[in-house]
Amino acid sequence: MLNYTFDWSIITSGKYFDWLLSGLLMTLKLSALSIVLAFLLGLLIAVMRMSHNRPVRWIAHAYLEFFRNTPLLVQIFFWYFGSYKILPTVINDWLNETGFEFAAAAIALTIYTSAFIAEDIRSGVLSIPKEQMEAARSAGFSYLRSMQYIILPQAIRITIPPLVNQFLNLAKNSSLAMTIGVMEMTYQARQVESYTFKGFEAFTAATVVYLVLSIVITSLVNLYNEKVLNVHKAA
Amino acid sequence: MITFKGVHKWFKSLHVLNDINLHVTPGEVLVVCGPSGSGKSTLIRTINQLEPISEGSLIVDGMNLSDRKTDINKLRAEVGFVFQQFNLYPHLSVISNITLAPAKIRNVPKKEAEEQAMALLTRVGLSEKRDAYPSQLSGGQQQRVAIARALAMKPRIMLFDEPTSALDPEMIGEVLAVMKDLALSGMTMIVVTHEMGFAREVAHRVAFMADGVILEEAPPEDFFLRPKHERAKQFLRQLLTPMHAECP
Repeated sequence: MLNYTFDWSIITSGKYFDWLLSGLLMTLKLSALSIVLAFLLGLLIAVMRMSHNRPVRWIAHAYLEFFRNTPLLVQIFFWYFGSYKILPTVINDWLNETGFEFAAAAIALTIYTSAFIAEDIRSGVLSIPKEQMEAARSAGFSYLRSMQYIILPQAIRITIPPLVNQFLNLAKNSSLAMTIGVMEMTYQARQVESYTFKGFEAFTAATVVYLVLSIVITSLVNLYNEKVLNVHKAA
Repeated sequence: MITFKGVHKWFKSLHVLNDINLHVTPGEVLVVCGPSGSGKSTLIRTINQLEPISEGSLIVDGMNLSDRKTDINKLRAEVGFVFQQFNLYPHLSVISNITLAPAKIRNVPKKEAEEQAMALLTRVGLSEKRDAYPSQLSGGQQQRVAIARALAMKPRIMLFDEPTSALDPEMIGEVLAVMKDLALSGMTMIVVTHEMGFAREVAHRVAFMADGVILEEAPPEDFFLRPKHERAKQFLRQLLTPMHAECP
């Protein structure tokens, strides 16, 4: 016998709606910032990983193995509780004013995801025939500029499906930020549940938000793929 | 313009270039031929240092390739290279393939680079393909775009590594015609090819290679009518009458 009265009105208007909305905005902010930074950092690590300079390659390799083989939650805790102890007071004060929870979560998400993105980009680069690099080099481009103009633009196209996966993972992983007090979607849903005992409604709202967010990310990347990169034409 | 002196190259224990001595003068068209595995592709690839040499001296357009101070990217910008497999940039349109290097390396303004590219496309007979992508072109068209791309850097030397070997027979002529036109314009060219008709008609000199050694160097009329070396005779017999090559 179902002994629970659904009350969807609490999540569609009023105070709790505002909480959920602010959680959504925080999740969007955290995810968008981390996605952009993780992509750029991943690109850098991928290029370093393929460098002809042995120490540079080694540093990138160590970075990769370190950050993708430790749990994200541990990394979030490390940045939030751990780095706090070793940073100078000036920086800590500044971070506290600007919201250290958010910064720690963004750093952790960025670094963790960049390791996976770097490997995806690298495998994309390795799938480009070596003759493309030869053609670029023989035109007079340096190694880095060959990467920039000829190899990476092709590799990124190939890398887009796995990149979308990483972006989606990041958006969903951002829910872990609640553990250090970032008031994002999951945190707010939990709050609503605590105040109202309407756990079903609150977490349904969170579920729908994550689902829509993921679908939006996928659609945006696909649109970019088609309109900007002309993937179908330049097959 | 290009001078090899005692050049050697090893791939591990494989001796691919063995004491190469060769001099190419400005405006000269040199055809390099020989059986596969003779080192002719390696030879041409050493000139823009796609393959570094192991020993000896190689001077290209006044730049010594063994000197570590030589700016290799600057040298490569002066030397056009055309590949067997074209190697156009598949993510760029035809016009962008041609303008990329002039715009980014020589800092030619976009409009000027495009005008020059259109002039080159007209020269290779493909002006209507400016916005096509490489995958939409035939092999012969791709190779002509590749030649235009190399010419866009205004190179002083053009190198061709078996430019027609990957083409269907009916497309070979259109590429050779562009190369012939280029040779007549006075470009210094080294062409690795099996197209003996082209060699006979356009080359000033033919170099025959086998097993990493230049066995014979002669004007085309001498090379084709009076080859001296036994390997060269055998090679020409096989080229001219492949069906009967094994019959004495």
